[in-house]
Amino acid sequence: MDENNNLIQLENLTKIYKVGETEVRALNDVSSTIKEGDFMAIMGPSGSGKSTLMNIIGCLDRPTEGKYILEGELVSTLDRNKLARIRNKKIGFVFQTFNLLARTTALENTELPLIYSKTPGKEARDLAYKALSVVGLEGRELHRTNQLSGGEQQRVAIARSLVNDPSLLLADEPTGNLDTKTGKEIMEIFKKLNKEKNITVILVTHDPEIAQFARRRIYLRDGQIVKEERE
Amino acid sequence: MNIMRTIRVSLRALNRNKMRSFLTALGIIIGVGAVIAMVSIGQGAKIEVEKRFESMGTNLLFVRPGSRSFRGIHGGGGTYVNLMPSDAQAIEENCTAVQYVSPSVSGRAQVVYGNKNWNTSIQGAGAKYPEIRNWEIEDGIFFDENMVKAGAKVCVLGSEVRENLFEYEDPIGQIIRIRKIPFSVLGTLKSLGESGGWFNRDDMIVIPYTTAQRRLLGIIHIQSIDVSAVSTARSAEAQEQIEEILRIRHKIAPGAEDDFNVRNMEEMAEGAAESTKILTILLGGIASVSLLVGGIGIMNIMLVSVTERIREIGIRMSVGAREKDILYQFLTEAIVLSVLGGIIGIAVGVIASRLISHFAGWQTLVSLSAIVLAFLFSGSVGIFFGFYPARKASKLDPIEALRYE
Repeated sequence: MDENNNLIQLENLTKIYKVGETEVRALNDVSSTIKEGDFMAIMGPSGSGKSTLMNIIGCLDRPTEGKYILEGELVSTLDRNKLARIRNKKIGFVFQTFNLLARTTALENTELPLIYSKTPGKEARDLAYKALSVVGLEGRELHRTNQLSGGEQQRVAIARSLVNDPSLLLADEPTGNLDTKTGKEIMEIFKKLNKEKNITVILVTHDPEIAQFARRRIYLRDGQIVKEERE
Repeated sequence: MNIMRTIRVSLRALNRNKMRSFLTALGIIIGVGAVIAMVSIGQGAKIEVEKRFESMGTNLLFVRPGSRSFRGIHGGGGTYVNLMPSDAQAIEENCTAVQYVSPSVSGRAQVVYGNKNWNTSIQGAGAKYPEIRNWEIEDGIFFDENMVKAGAKVCVLGSEVRENLFEYEDPIGQIIRIRKIPFSVLGTLKSLGESGGWFNRDDMIVIPYTTAQRRLLGIIHIQSIDVSAVSTARSAEAQEQIEEILRIRHKIAPGAEDDFNVRNMEEMAEGAAESTKILTILLGGIASVSLLVGGIGIMNIMLVSVTERIREIGIRMSVGAREKDILYQFLTEAIVLSVLGGIIGIAVGVIASRLISHFAGWQTLVSLSAIVLAFLFSGSVGIFFGFYPARKASKLDPIEALRYE
């Protein structure tokens, strides 16, 4: 990590998709830095490139051009398997559609990242119980995902994203499938995690009300940052 | 992911689709079961054949006259009339690898006892005949060397002849008439059972060959010489010695054809064993095809399963599963499926071969090697047919997989 406390450095990121003959520029020369402990929202209409940016930051995808430095490590050129390790160790995902394994208990879902980090069974269990208690799901650990409400499922997803003690939480429209009240509850959890544990949170949303939870907001349009707000 | 965890995960996944998993495994179950049942039939047949030859004695050799050709017309085997009792004696005296020798003649005759009569085959033989043929005397005694020399009118009855002439009466010491000539019954033979084919070894009367020559057939030659070698291992050696001595006695020039044939039971047993081996391979091969079809079934279902679980694969990748982890997960699932199928298939195969034994009356043998082989084979079927779907799963793009509906 450099002296500026930068968790993430994005330098001239460009992403080009080829659709048949035509090229689509999903990201066009995006540069930014995100400090450790920040709470940032990426906003913009659909097609603005916010999902692409999120996928690159989340190490699910690689930029066509430009550099992405995470905790001082250049990750934009790593191969698939190395990216998988980074996702496992440093990044936690929360999706709009929860993306939990069906017919599996909350505990097993939470343990999932630990399976791939080769954490021993007993230790993995303890960590999963702890993460579930952080999101307020004590006593529901052995419920299957289909027995849980939407809000509870999203809490399980947050617990799963926390369990490996990541430096970065990425939330892609985390409240999109929830009613307003539950959505606010979920956002309160993110806020609490950011405040109390100093976890960096990056939120992708098009809902201005949800974006208000973040301290910093960037607006994307046509693959470029058009506006930035900071509180 | 360690192995136990991977296996647990795959068992859970298979458990989620019980019916489908069972139907997929059914292909392997039937395949492995069929291989085991078929191979057990083949092995059973092999043992049956070996046992039969064993009961006849694998150290047995038969000397028969060769075929004679006269002015271009070939007679069949045995058309020469050139084997003499002295040939048998010479073999006994000169061949070191030979244990017992018995001249042999045979014919058919009507036999009478009291108000019963029976048409049966009459075997003329030497005193050592039971030892050579591995026959056991049930009651009484067999005739000895002196009786053979004297051409005594004595006989030993096969069990079927005894039944037909005497029923529950004790035949020992009684007089029966063979072509009106009285013979006294010395003993009876233990039942040998069908030898396979039309020849019933129990339906015969054994008398000294000298008596048969003079009283019944009116000949001085003998029809064959039955020989036992000292041991099975030395029967080939015995055969050489017999051929050598007979060529000298029959004055056959070097390079000329023998006027006799020596048949070696060991060779015949080997030939029979070879054909049962081919039978086993054939049956096993046919059954293996069903195992192959079962494997293709696994591949098919695994491909469906991968497509169905693209989302799950995406989730696993997003939390840090590498290609290798996904590959192993699906490969393990295929292997677990086929190995479970293999284990059930072994049980099915064992039960099936028992049922075949019971209902068809065939002897079957489930050998350990067949079980191990079937098990390993089913495991490799899992690896082979599971690999392609597993690889396909591991190569998925996490973003697309997560987006997949």
